[in-house]
Amino acid sequence: MSDFFTHLSYLAAATLFVFSLRWLNRPKTARQGVLAGVVGMVLAVVGTLLNPHIVNFTWIAVALVLGTLVGVPLSRVALTAVPQRTAISHAFGGLAAGLVGTAKYQVWLGEGELTTFRITAIVVEVILGFVTFTGSLMAAGKLQEVIPTRPITYRGQNAVNLSLLGIAVLAGVGVIVDPSQWPLFAVIVGLSLAFGVLLIIPIGGADMPTVISLLNSYAGLSAVAMGFVLENQLLIIAGALDGSSGFILSVIMCRAMNRSFANVLFGAFGQVQAQAAAGEAKPVKSASPQDAADYLVNAQRVVFVPGYGMAVAQAQHRVREIYDELSKRGIDVKFAIHPVAGRMPGHMNVLLAEAEIPYEALVEMDEINPELPQTDVCVVVGANDVVNPAARTDQSSPIYGMPIIDADKARVVLANKRSMNPGFAGIDNALYSADNTLMVFGDAKAALGDIAAALRADREGKAAA
Amino acid sequence: MSELNLWSMLFALMLATFVGFYVIQNVSRLLHTPLMSLTNAISAIAIVASIIVTGEQRTTFATVLGAVAVFASMTNIVSGFLITERMLKMFREKEPRA
Repeated sequence: MSDFFTHLSYLAAATLFVFSLRWLNRPKTARQGVLAGVVGMVLAVVGTLLNPHIVNFTWIAVALVLGTLVGVPLSRVALTAVPQRTAISHAFGGLAAGLVGTAKYQVWLGEGELTTFRITAIVVEVILGFVTFTGSLMAAGKLQEVIPTRPITYRGQNAVNLSLLGIAVLAGVGVIVDPSQWPLFAVIVGLSLAFGVLLIIPIGGADMPTVISLLNSYAGLSAVAMGFVLENQLLIIAGALDGSSGFILSVIMCRAMNRSFANVLFGAFGQVQAQAAAGEAKPVKSASPQDAADYLVNAQRVVFVPGYGMAVAQAQHRVREIYDELSKRGIDVKFAIHPVAGRMPGHMNVLLAEAEIPYEALVEMDEINPELPQTDVCVVVGANDVVNPAARTDQSSPIYGMPIIDADKARVVLANKRSMNPGFAGIDNALYSADNTLMVFGDAKAALGDIAAALRADREGKAAA
Repeated sequence: MSELNLWSMLFALMLATFVGFYVIQNVSRLLHTPLMSLTNAISAIAIVASIIVTGEQRTTFATVLGAVAVFASMTNIVSGFLITERMLKMFREKEPRA
């Protein structure tokens, strides 16, 4: 009879999870979605604890308490560190799948319960789980910059990686044919862990939005495989929701970088590398923060283009000050959000929301581009490739064909940058030397702070006069 | 396992994938970061499997691995839901300006 309540709780949880994601379709109902998710999770856990096969609760209780103790601080990280936190949680998801698969293998092997179906599902679960685990740890390391963010490549890399995966799959077939070959199982675990590391090493920081989405999808798929191992529909459903979410985000990221999905699936990211940005440096015009402020007060429409540089410099609050100053003057201010700006999908939106900029002002690339020719001033803050006109015009450029925000079409472009050193990708950006561009050099936080101060002084000066 | 069970699992996978595609495509792009942290928390439903493996106490090896898996999943549940809520609270509409 207790089985009945377990199944009922799983059914309710699956329903609530679908609603949870459904309510995320707009900001107004989104928080209700979180509540639905929490209720679903609590129901599922309580329903599971009713399972009569569970004879000991001590280990479970200790693990739940420790998980809570680690989870709470992980949820309080600075918003600029959200990509790293996300990568770590993908790693934990993969780890759980890998460990449960390994445990079930050992138990069923001892009890002679390893059917062909079970061992097949376990092999898939363990490979996906452990690849996701080490791959996500590497991604987190790169995002936290404890591991070099530049792509680490060597000759024959793809061949080495694919052969490792190939050997793991062969070992998997071997274990499926004869489940008692546990050394082969150990080989699968070891190779999957190694493959995860090697898969992420060649990937550069700018490709992280795609990588994180893809790892998200893998984490979901490993939960699906776990559901097949334990014959649990709830795991399959929740894993499929997570897997399809990661898949969709990966596709969006790929399109926004003009990469094919196959290119991503085979781990070839980061292969698009800087071609020597040769040629003499073109002259650029620079402007002081005061000049920049003068351009801004005389504008009617202003568009900001934020990028990862804004996040690094923590400049979002200075951006908000400028936004406030301009809005008080009746100037229309919008923010153009490129899908791959930042280090994960939606990264810029969260940072600007943190700075209390209303979300109506955040506009997607496709919607803002037709407005840019009528824009008086476009302010580029820490964005580079996503505003590089070479993507439209220069067929030899590595980013040719990538959809960009047409910042160069605004009447005046104010571009903030620390110096003229080539950016992360090392690709020349003609925007900086364009006739209508003025460079505002300096750390984003300091430079934008100076512009905000100049705007404030101007307004107070007028009020006094 | 009965053959019926395998088929019903495949049906669940197929239908849930379709529902996932449909629902996620409608998620506002504004909210893609919270979407990822929320789906993280939801896929930590792996805790259900981890609890069973731990609580069955078949072998010490399995119990220890299961307990680590419970820990990892619980971390994802707690941090995933809390940070999603924290981020969503920040999204606000334009206030009427005086």
